[in-house]
Amino acid sequence: MPLPYYVSPEQMMQDKAEYAKKGIAKGRSIIAIEYVNGILLVAENPSASLHKISEIYDSIAFAGAGKYSEFENLRKAGIRHADLKGFMYSREDVTARSLANGYSQSLGTIFSQEQKPLEVEILVVQVGHNGHANEMYRISFDGSIIDERTFAVIGGKSEAVQALLKEKGLTQPPELREALSLCIASLEQIGSQKLSLETLEVAVLDRTREGRRFRRLSPADTKPLLAP
Amino acid sequence: MTVPHATTVLAIKYQQGVVIAGDRRATEGFQIAERRIEKVFKIDDYSAMAIAGAAGPCIEMAKLFQVELEHYEKIEGVQLSCEGKANKLGQMVKANLPMVFQGLVVMPLYVGYDLKRAEGRIFKYDLAGGRYEESDYHAIGSGGKDARNTMREHFLRGLAEPDALKLALLALYNAADDDVGTGGPDLVRGIYPTAKIVNERGITDVSEQQIRSIYDGLIATRRSKET
Repeated sequence: MPLPYYVSPEQMMQDKAEYAKKGIAKGRSIIAIEYVNGILLVAENPSASLHKISEIYDSIAFAGAGKYSEFENLRKAGIRHADLKGFMYSREDVTARSLANGYSQSLGTIFSQEQKPLEVEILVVQVGHNGHANEMYRISFDGSIIDERTFAVIGGKSEAVQALLKEKGLTQPPELREALSLCIASLEQIGSQKLSLETLEVAVLDRTREGRRFRRLSPADTKPLLAP
Repeated sequence: MTVPHATTVLAIKYQQGVVIAGDRRATEGFQIAERRIEKVFKIDDYSAMAIAGAAGPCIEMAKLFQVELEHYEKIEGVQLSCEGKANKLGQMVKANLPMVFQGLVVMPLYVGYDLKRAEGRIFKYDLAGGRYEESDYHAIGSGGKDARNTMREHFLRGLAEPDALKLALLALYNAADDDVGTGGPDLVRGIYPTAKIVNERGITDVSEQQIRSIYDGLIATRRSKET
């Protein structure tokens, strides 16, 4: 029986990370940004039915970049976790923090124990109400979890988009229309092409709504918003 | 073993949708267990259910049904069809059958607005999970028969919304008149039956103020007959 080649753990981790990063960078970026009444999520997505952004619970949303089948599984697991917890305890006990921790655990385990890491980067965001702050968690393919403020970007050339948004130096959360045009402008500049509203997936977590605060914005909703 | 039981609930179709209403009393044998219980639940944006039977399991079933529908919608990205929701509830009633032999009956009345057909629909169930669609109106619970008698006399196809609401409240009043398990309007404590409207625009609660003013009129008419 031939002996397997020795590969150092460092090398193995590096290879896996590179593999995952490559897969994620192939896709397009998704931005989550705070606006006056909540959180806006904008994704470049030519498909109108295969979503990258989704509702998880009353004030929690999910966004996934990378391989569709992989983040779709994570999304479903998140919804299951949230609905079960909300039914067993109470709706207010479902939090983005616990959900993000769960995601971080499973992504970390898969990264270190499986042959192939998941080629995904995900966002879990929760809109705060009654004076509570918003929460935005970015979770990477290796399970590392980053608590973001003001805005968060995943997938594609996320670092470039992030740098661009940082340049704007937002101090106050903008109005919805402002936030939306800022996101579109950033995506257009990085992708160096004009984006039509039909190729964008837009959703908000609106704290002024009662109960389920997630709402998708169709091109019919966003067009009047962007009209001068 | 006696557990609180919830009693008369009904639904009436009108031109644009359905009115669903219920009284507020729960009884435990000959005692009143609860004067303010809510028996009409909003399930999702386009459906509501009302319950009769053992209060605890009834409320739990309504809550589970809400979660099931919301879960489906979030996982699949689209809502279940009206028919699909009604069938799902039928399975839940069927799953409760063993509990029926223990004396814990759960009997729902389900109403939904069918967006595809553009009409309101009413479904009733039997204890074995059988699901039957009603074309005009229905009432269940201990005062159900009394409420149905009232509705039979006054129901017309294509009622206007205020008339359907008035008829629903009248039927509940008559049920409370003849059935000990059903609570009428409690003028001393200010407790009134609750009602919801299900139509194309979704579910709306009828305000307590509106229900009170309808009952004020109804009671005044009854009183004038007595003197």
